[in-house]
Order: sequence, then structure tokens, then C-alpha cells
Amino acid sequence: MKRLFSILVLLAAVLMSLTANAANKELLGAGATFPYPLYSKMFHSYYQETGIKVNYQAIGSGGGIRQIRNKTVDFGASDAFLSDKEMKAFKNPVVHIPIVAGAVVISYNLTGNFSLKLTPQIISNVFLGKITKWNDPQIKDSNPSVKLPDMHITVVHRSDGSGTTFIFSDYLGKISKAWKMKVGTGKSLDWPIGLGAKGNPGVAGLIKQIPGSIGYVELIYALKNNMPTASIKNKSGNFVVPGIKSVSEAANVKLPDDLRISLTNTGAKYGYPISGFTYILVYKNLKNGGLSYKKAKEVVKLLWWMTHKGQKYAIPLHYAPLSEKALKKSEKIINALRFDGKNLK
Amino acid sequence: MQRRIIKDKLFEIIIIIFALVSTFPLILILFQIVKKGIASINWSFFVNLPQPPGESGGGVSNAILGTFILIVIAGGFSILLGVLGGTFISEYKDKKISELIRLCVNIFQGIPSIVIGIIVYIWIVMPLHRFSALSGGIALGIMMLPLIVKSTEETLRLIPSSLKEASLALGASYTTTMLRVILPAGINGILSGILISVSRVAGETAPLLFTAFGNPFMNFNIFKPVDSLPLLIFNYSMSPYPEWHSIAWGASFVLISFIIILNILTKMVSRKWKTVF
Amino acid sequence: MKMDRYFKSILFGAAILLLLLLTGIFFTLLIGSIPAIKASGIKFLSGTSWNPVTGVYGAVPFVIGTLLTSFLALFISLPFSFSISLFLGEYFKKGALAEFLNYATDILASIPSVIYGFWGLLFLVPIVRKFELSFHILPYGVGIFTASLILAIMIIPYTSYLAKEVILLVPQDIKEAAYSLGATRSEVIRKIIVPYSRSGIFAGILLSLGRALGETMAVTMVIGNSNLIPGNIFSPANTMASVIANEFTEATNDVHLSALIELGLLLFIITGIINFIGNEIIKKLSIKG
Repeated sequence: MKRLFSILVLLAAVLMSLTANAANKELLGAGATFPYPLYSKMFHSYYQETGIKVNYQAIGSGGGIRQIRNKTVDFGASDAFLSDKEMKAFKNPVVHIPIVAGAVVISYNLTGNFSLKLTPQIISNVFLGKITKWNDPQIKDSNPSVKLPDMHITVVHRSDGSGTTFIFSDYLGKISKAWKMKVGTGKSLDWPIGLGAKGNPGVAGLIKQIPGSIGYVELIYALKNNMPTASIKNKSGNFVVPGIKSVSEAANVKLPDDLRISLTNTGAKYGYPISGFTYILVYKNLKNGGLSYKKAKEVVKLLWWMTHKGQKYAIPLHYAPLSEKALKKSEKIINALRFDGKNLK
Repeated sequence: MQRRIIKDKLFEIIIIIFALVSTFPLILILFQIVKKGIASINWSFFVNLPQPPGESGGGVSNAILGTFILIVIAGGFSILLGVLGGTFISEYKDKKISELIRLCVNIFQGIPSIVIGIIVYIWIVMPLHRFSALSGGIALGIMMLPLIVKSTEETLRLIPSSLKEASLALGASYTTTMLRVILPAGINGILSGILISVSRVAGETAPLLFTAFGNPFMNFNIFKPVDSLPLLIFNYSMSPYPEWHSIAWGASFVLISFIIILNILTKMVSRKWKTVF
Repeated sequence: MKMDRYFKSILFGAAILLLLLLTGIFFTLLIGSIPAIKASGIKFLSGTSWNPVTGVYGAVPFVIGTLLTSFLALFISLPFSFSISLFLGEYFKKGALAEFLNYATDILASIPSVIYGFWGLLFLVPIVRKFELSFHILPYGVGIFTASLILAIMIIPYTSYLAKEVILLVPQDIKEAAYSLGATRSEVIRKIIVPYSRSGIFAGILLSLGRALGETMAVTMVIGNSNLIPGNIFSPANTMASVIANEFTEATNDVHLSALIELGLLLFIITGIINFIGNEIIKKLSIKG
């Protein structure tokens, strides 16, 4: 018994001593699953470049917001920007730094892997549970060349609080009154139908598994898994395929200074209508997040790297890098970050 | 008469069939884990760190280390408290407080692990403002406690009071008697209780979701998040990447092997140190 | 004997700490639930809608989901666990086959729940989907039925272990008396063993139920995570535990978080009562649980 205790004590001591060294070389972030493939690539490279470990846990955008508010993480990540009301719920102001823009695509599991053309009308009806069969006349009309099966449509959605859901429901709320009335816009919804899965990976996994299913995921999740994506009729009446170009196009609008802006259903002629920025959230005064001065400096360094050097990882992973305009405004926000008034650059 | 005998035989056959059929899932699970697990295990599996999704060749060294750290923390805290607490209630059997502890332990033995996760989040993660190996370890430790308390009490209760009386009569102090005579006499029961409880929590995921949190890097700091094998299996199995699925199979194989070894060890311990009175 | 005084106070301190820890869990849950209780009151237990957007929190869908999966699992597992316990407690007490079955149930009990979930997702779900397709049920694959199947496999060892222990406790002389009167083995089982060990088997069932109610990971992975009241046993649903696992890290407003803690409290109370009764029965029968 005694020996066991002494072994335990010894182990604890060894762990403690190892502890002291690694304190500032690690940052913790949590939130959106939408940019997860990009962030894990970025942080992998960042570690090799600088030796700084950035631990990013994809727990969903809702989680990112909650954890930054609880100060349990160094930075939060979310695809949904905070509403004015949510901003007020924070004791200290936080800022949004967009990293890339991405597309929420509608993917499905039908034999043949063809690309469907969907109108806003069809999308809202499917996700409201009004269209339940793949060979529904509405879908047929929009896709005359495709032979659609007599199969039940299984809707797959997110079960966790999600920025992807926010972007998607923001879009649906803009195009469908019924959706706005019945379901609304938010990170978690009271879904009228369907199956829930955790995270973008979970939804993609479930769609892949269930024949006849349809769901919404970030573009990269569909592409990486060879899942088909639908082209969607935008505000200008064009059917647009989701991709880097059409997302950049959608983001090419007038941006507010704090960059909190919805990119869904924008007026851009060839813009993909379900696009959005994905943000990193930090406290304006990083000290309010419980960070040390040293750590705050590391966070700022990381943010600068992500918005500049890190951008080169965006296109290979099918995210749209920040435009010149957006970058300028992001830089301004990063430069305004302080540590109790102290400059962090 | 004939019909009764046929009925009897039929009943026996049904029992045998049902009993044997219920081992099918086990055989299936083990078969698949061994088959797919071994296929994805190689040297780099044990020494490498996870790769970004979709890139092949990652390992789980961080999760193996994390599981180890979590168990050490959990054990350190629960063994100390559990053995002492168990000793107390066996020594003061009839005190009100012992009754109360016994009642609590019985109720808490079946508390869903996710609830323990909530508790530790409120107790440790929120005040410290950080996810950490420490919080994960304590969550697992709380889960180990009831079993350790119970096995300690039950073992000590079996030790005849003559042993204690003899030791005291020889002039040994109470402390010496307890630490040098009574607890060592019950070491097999206590140790196997500890081993069983470790094997139970080694595979726990739910209480770690919002405590240990996960970490794709090596981490020795108990005040930082760590990964663990079950957490990694959960995250990877829910992903759409085939590369991650195969890593999850490999991790399942490692985890199950570890747990089965612990179980065998438990059996050996309770045989080897069995003290007969 | 200063040493002894210290030692005794250390023991006492440990006991107090243990008690504080265990009761502290309950009170923490209770205090954490207050905002939700204030906001929703009794509607928490009667409300059929769980909607974080509008701030309506009714636990009924999850209570139904939890009860359905657990009882269905129990129902599926009973013939198997009862057979195992008779096999080991009556027909083949020794021998290679008994040894094998003993080991098998031991291992079954120690497989981590996340591995059950993983296996269920990749192996069981496609099978259930094929089954559903051939019966013209919506082919989700995931849902209450799949979750119950996994749970059933997981609880078999628990029920069968306790039932076996009580069956072994049936006095030999009563059984022999029955045999000498010309009873067959199945008659002895039905007329003597089962009535004699009824309460022990009941305790085993209760403890398995407690485990099934609180099981989180395996269920979360295969139940489909829908917050609606399930329409049938193939529908996707959510259990109390799986909702907590899904939403706890991300509940952004305090009432949502508190509602999840209240779910935890509810789960705690239900499983606590079930465990308490089960353990009391076992204590009376004086077998090791």
C-alpha cells in the first residue's frame, strides 16, 4: 500500500515539474466544426513553424461562444456572429475576426451522384417536411433531366448548437415566411422533422449512411467524402454551384466595420446564396478573458498569422480566403486588441 | 408422462440456445475489433500524433498518454479517500454517519457518468476557468469511489476481530494495527476493488466530454486539456473520414486489450493474495 | 497515543469528506437547476417541446425516449439473461462451456460504452436499415430500436450475474424433494427456483434498468438525436443523457444550461431511487452485488 502511494506521489511530482515548462506554448480554442478541417491544417503547420501548440476542439459554434464567455478557452470560434442582444450578455466586449468564408451546401444520398438543382421553394418545403418524396413534382420540375426515385426523403440536421445551422436557418428565414414563422433562425432549432447528428462530420457521416437522405454541411465535408452538392437558385435567379468563386462573390458586399454580417441571399449576381464568414471570437481587452500578457501576445500573433500567412491553406481546402476589403477591416480589429490598454503587437 | 419429458428437454434446449446466442454479439464485436484494429496498428500508431482530418498516418500517442494521466489522477484521489472512508465505515459500523455513507455509496454506484461530468464542470472547470486533465481525472475518480469504498468495507468486515485483538494485545498501537495488520490482511480485496474500478473508468467517455476536453498534442500539464482513448474513439468514429475510422478501430483494440488485461490481473490478485482465515 | 488520535481523525475526516462529496453532488445539481425551475416550473415535466431558440424547455420527449429505450432493451435482454443465469446457476454449474460463458459475460460487461456505440454505428445501423427497408419502415437505421439493441447487449451481463447468484442460493434440499416427487427439471425451475429467487431476479432487473437509463455514449451515437416525441420504436429520439451530452458544452444562455442540469437532476433522482431499491433487496438476500 505504502509503496503504491509513494509511486503515485513520485508520478505526480514528475508531472508537476514537466508542467511548469510548457505553460505559454499552448493555446486552447473551441467552437465551430465548419472550419475544423482548415483550422487543424493551419494549427498543424503553425506548430511546425513556431512550436506553439494550438489545441482546437470542434464542439460547435454554440459551444465556442459559451466557452469564451465562461473564459474556459483562449479563443472561441463561431460561424454565427453574436446578435446585439448576445453581445450585451457579455460583461466585457468581444470582437469578431473573420478567418475565411465558406459555403453551406445541400448534400444528399441518391444513387447516381448527379447534381440537383434546387429552388428556395423546394429547400424550405423539404426542410419543413412538406415535400416528403424524392419524386415530388416540385423537385421534378426543377430537374427534368434526372430520373428521381420514389423514395422517402430523410432530413438530417445538426443536433448541437451550430453556426452551420445558424447560416442555413438564416437563409431559410430570408426566403420562406413559413420557415420564419414556424422555426426561426438560431444555432439550435426546434426541428419539425429529421434526424440529428453532432457536428458537420456527424451530419456528413449520417448522410453517407442513409440512402435517400438530405442535409446541410460545410462544402469541404461534402467534397472530401465525394458527396454530391446541389446548385441553388440565388436572389438574381441564377442556379449557382457552391465553390470558392461563388462564395467570394457572395461576400463581395459592403462590409460593416465590426464585420458582423450575414452573407446569405446577398444580391451578388453569381454569388452562392448560403455563404457565411467563420469567425474567431476574443475579448477586446484580452485580460478580460483570463489570459496572461504573454498569452495574449501569442493569441494576437496567431490571429495575425491566420488572417495572413495562414490564408494559403484556405483554397486547397475549399474555403474562400478573405478579400482585400475584409482583410483591411480585420487588421484594424486585430490591431485594436489590447491588454489593459497595453499594445499587443 | 412422455409429453412432460419432451417439454422438459425442449425447455433445456431453449435455455442453452438463448444462452449461447447471447455470446454472439461479443464474438462479433471482438472479432471485428481485432481484425480491423490490428490492421491499423503499427509502430507509428503508438508514437505519432493525430494528423489533420483526411491525411493518413496519424497516431494516438497523445490519447494513450492522456488516458494514463487521467487514471493516475483519478486513482491518486479516489484510492486515498475511498480506502480511508471504507476503513472508517467498517471500523465504526453502527455510527449514524457510517449508515449515511453506506446509503450514499449505494445510491451513487449507479449514477450516470454524464451527471458526474456536469458536477465536475461546475465544481472545477468553471472556477478554474479551464478544461484540464485534473478535472477529467477527478470526474473519473468520483466514479471509482463507490466501488473502492464498498470493496474496502466488505474486505475488512471479513477479517476476524481476533486478528485485531491479538495485535492490540501484543501492545501494537491502534494505528500500527490498522496499517500493518488489518489493511495488509485485506490487500487482495482492496486491490482487486481498485483494479476493477480502474477498468471501469478507463473506458469512460461521457464525463470527459466537458472536463478533459481533448487535445491533439502531447500534454503533460495536468492543468491543460488532455485527450483520452475513449474520447478519441468517440470523436473519430463520428467523423466521415475513413482514415479516422481505422484509427478509431485501432484505438478500440488498444483500449479493450488494456481493460481485459486489467480484468485478468484482478483475478490473479484476488487469487494470489487471498488470505484464508 | 497521540498517533492513534491523529489516525482516527484522519479516518473521520475522510468519512466526512466522502459524505460531503456525495451529498454535494445532489445539492450542486439542485442549485444549478434553480434558474430553470424558476423559468419553467412544473412545465418542465409536462412540456412536450424543447426549443432553445424560444426558450421553451419541456422534458417529456426525452423522458419518453429514455423510458422507451430502457424498457425495450430490458424486454429484449430478458430471455437471454434469464437463460444465461439458468445455464450457469442450474444446468451447467461447471465445465468448459460454463467457464466460457462466465468469461464471455465478464468481458461483455467491461467493454466501454463508446466502443459499443462505434460498433453499433458501423455494424448494427446498416443491418437495422436493411431490416427497416424490407418492412417498409422509414429506413433511418439509427433510432430507438437500434439504441435498445445495443443497450440490451450491454445489460445482459448485469441481470444474468445477479440472477445466477440468487439461483445458486436456492437450497438443494427443496429441489431434491421436488425431484423425488417426480418433477422434471423444467418444473423444478418454474415451480421452485423462479418463485424462490424472484426478488433477487427483480433486483437484478432493477439495477440493469438503472444502468440502461443513464447510459450515454452508446445511445447518443445511435439514437438519431431528435428532440421530437418519438412516433414509434423505429423513430429517432433523444434520451435525457444524450441531450446533456449533445447540448451541455454549448448552451449559450443560462436557462438552457440550467434546464440541462435539471435533466441531470431528474436522471439522478430516478436512477438513485432504482439503485436504492435494488440494493436494499440484495442486502436482504445477502448476496454480493
